[in-house]
Amino acid sequence: MQDHIQMQNGNKLMVETKNEILNLLTEIYDPEIPVLNIVEMGIVRDAFYENEKLIIEITPTYSGCPAMKVIEDEIRDVMYSNGCKNVEVKKVYAPAWTTDWMTVETKNKLKNYGIAPPEGIAEKDFLKDQNEKSVECPFCKSGKTKLTSHFGSTACKSLHFCLECIQPFEHFKCI
Amino acid sequence: MSYKLNNDVRSALFEYLLRLGDDKLILGHRLSEWCGHAPILEEDIALTNIALDCVGQASAFLTLAAELENKGRSEDDLAYLRNEIQFKNLLLLEQLNKDFAYTIARQFFYSSFGIYFFQDLAKCKFEPLAGISSKTIKETSYHLRHCKEWMLRLGDGTEESHNKAQEAVNDLWRFTEELFFKNEIDELLIQENILIDSNPLKQKWRDYVEEILTQATLQIPQNENMQIGGRHGIHTEHLGHLLAEMQILARSYPNAKW
Repeated sequence: MQDHIQMQNGNKLMVETKNEILNLLTEIYDPEIPVLNIVEMGIVRDAFYENEKLIIEITPTYSGCPAMKVIEDEIRDVMYSNGCKNVEVKKVYAPAWTTDWMTVETKNKLKNYGIAPPEGIAEKDFLKDQNEKSVECPFCKSGKTKLTSHFGSTACKSLHFCLECIQPFEHFKCI
Repeated sequence: MSYKLNNDVRSALFEYLLRLGDDKLILGHRLSEWCGHAPILEEDIALTNIALDCVGQASAFLTLAAELENKGRSEDDLAYLRNEIQFKNLLLLEQLNKDFAYTIARQFFYSSFGIYFFQDLAKCKFEPLAGISSKTIKETSYHLRHCKEWMLRLGDGTEESHNKAQEAVNDLWRFTEELFFKNEIDELLIQENILIDSNPLKQKWRDYVEEILTQATLQIPQNENMQIGGRHGIHTEHLGHLLAEMQILARSYPNAKW
């Protein structure tokens, strides 16, 4: 990674493209879902220079997500250790983060890790009841499951129970 | 961050953001009091998840307020170093948790308002505020779904759950008028095309609440004795106690870090 970066004046990055910066950030994993990095999660929104300062924009998955603080610190650490000292991590809220940004590949990683991935497109009618179709069990692939609670161990997940393999499991909510 | 706004608009917007941030902060803190006390584990997790969303939203609104004010105060200064009279939250949200039905009814009145209110606010012309609002709607839809289901189950449940739900609805009804409070701050922001005038909001809310309460076999209260004051910093006796507990650490150990 060090090869990608040329330094000047001790703290200034040059000829660094956005893709290379994003590539560095793929080292950082979501602390609550350690199989997905923050770029594929869609948490990193942009990276650009403003008056020689590197601005990295991130967006929270949920407003109160406690992982955001850790992620901000880790971004600074990764950039520091790659020679970029002048970096600011900014939170942006629009457009609001949505599971619609997750690719099929990302969803498969979730499933293999044991978390049922979000299915379909996020509901735009906010008063409508959530699609109560049962979520497929990530362990035995059975469709015979039931919702235990809309709220799980982290803000982004709901709790379910598989009636086939008698296992509780988590589902990444579609938002 | 600098925004191109004249001083009157800037201070009106600051005040407006305090209302939004204080609503979320106070409700979030109240809900967090359930941690470890809810009737079942899933409910403990649900209420504290909602609390976490609220505190996160409060942080976003207060950070923006602090940036606009531009006097070197941070979101933490606004949350922990203001006194009761400087808090602009709705009276509804500072009310005690009392019992589970009471907590659910409070959340139901607020989230059903929020789902319409934040959809309007997401269209406002001040982009940072529109952004936070669009985030807030998604989370509010989960909160509303949860407390709506509980309203139905409690109201249309056992005699005891029905009575407790009805009592909570009756008691909290007098704080619902304040949800639609408007004064010269709102008028200025509407006039400046920053906010949109959301007159049908009250009717939409009322229709929705009536529909759900009726389904839950609960009566709509006829109480006309509505209480307001929060937006002016005039609170019920409960806010001071809440602030004492919420602020003691930050005030006892200024600038503490961990």
